[in-house]
Amino acid sequence: MTDVWTDRLSEYLDEELSAPERESLEAHLRECGACAGALEELRGVATRAGSLDDRPPAADLWPGIAARIAARSETAPGGVRRRFTFTVPQLAAAAAALVVVTAGGMWLALPLGGDRGQPVVASAPYAGAEPVAVAASAYDAAVAELQRMLNERGDQLDSATVRVLRENLLVIDRAIGEARAALAEDPSNAYLNRHLATTMWRKVHLLRRAATLTGEAT
Amino acid sequence: MEPAILREQSVTRERDRAPAGSDAADARRAAKGDPEAFERLYHAHVARIHSLARRMLGEQDADEATQDAFVRAWQKLGTFRGDAAFGTWLHRLAINLFLGQRAKRARDRERLQEGQDVTEIAERKRSGLELHIDFEAAIGRLPMGAREVFVLHDVEGYKHHEIAEMIGVTTGTTKAQLHRARMALRRYVER
Repeated sequence: MTDVWTDRLSEYLDEELSAPERESLEAHLRECGACAGALEELRGVATRAGSLDDRPPAADLWPGIAARIAARSETAPGGVRRRFTFTVPQLAAAAAALVVVTAGGMWLALPLGGDRGQPVVASAPYAGAEPVAVAASAYDAAVAELQRMLNERGDQLDSATVRVLRENLLVIDRAIGEARAALAEDPSNAYLNRHLATTMWRKVHLLRRAATLTGEAT
Repeated sequence: MEPAILREQSVTRERDRAPAGSDAADARRAAKGDPEAFERLYHAHVARIHSLARRMLGEQDADEATQDAFVRAWQKLGTFRGDAAFGTWLHRLAINLFLGQRAKRARDRERLQEGQDVTEIAERKRSGLELHIDFEAAIGRLPMGAREVFVLHDVEGYKHHEIAEMIGVTTGTTKAQLHRARMALRRYVER
């Protein structure tokens, strides 16, 4: 099937041929079974393509997008400074996105010992969901924002709660520091990676709970 | 000067099925900094944008490219005037972004250089191999040029002159690429 009309079949299918060309091709199709068969196959391809279903990503990409947007202040056209203003739960979700959670455990998505200012993509082994692209600086920014809000609104919580919260944060920060130091010595240690990820997750969770409490108090 | 591809189109495509009214309202809110409105837009359109990314760039790059598209949309929301459906605007923006990322997708090029090109497979005697590859996967194994034209024409419904403008080639080239892609893919359609 290499006659001169073979390469024109798609144009015929899409009604792109001139009237004389179309008539000539139709005459050829009545004589050439190979071209007639190919035309039907091409029609099948176009029909199949037009009926493909869209499907969402395996993992929710929104937390990663929110983290990336939150990590920067945008300037809108016209020079207007536009800032993505998160609610407390959204900030917590964005921060939480920096840790990849799978059925098998949590894997830290931050480079250790590298340039923490650069965006990275999680590439640790996992099962199930796709890895989440994260910005390391966004984690720090989101956590800092949560803590800033707690500092500003902490007086809405009773003093005992604030004391316990601060003590727990100190413990967690100390644990994070120790885990990072240990990982600097042994970067590929899976246990340490999981431990650090779990500890950071605890910090996010604690901050989220505290922020939720201040929201309920207002 | 705004790229032609980002200009809003007066015609809403068949595949833009999201309710335009609520989208437009959310786009206005998001442009003023409302993250919840932007999150609603994300959920309404992520399947289509991710599918587009998967077909144009491949499974490996689809998540990152989708995130890139929504972050870019956030940055460009101020240019959305509401003359066309938000979905059309977002879709055009994503196509422009994905086409611009072609050169950076080294993994994609490597994949093509590994001899998995379905047009090469199609030249060989038919074996059981292609029966194990579904239609979507076969699209992903088309050569880059043929894949882009095929996705934009047969999947997304753009015309040859529109695709030629997007890619920067002649309509003769887009027609040839489309035919090449279809000829390669016909073995992967169930009969």
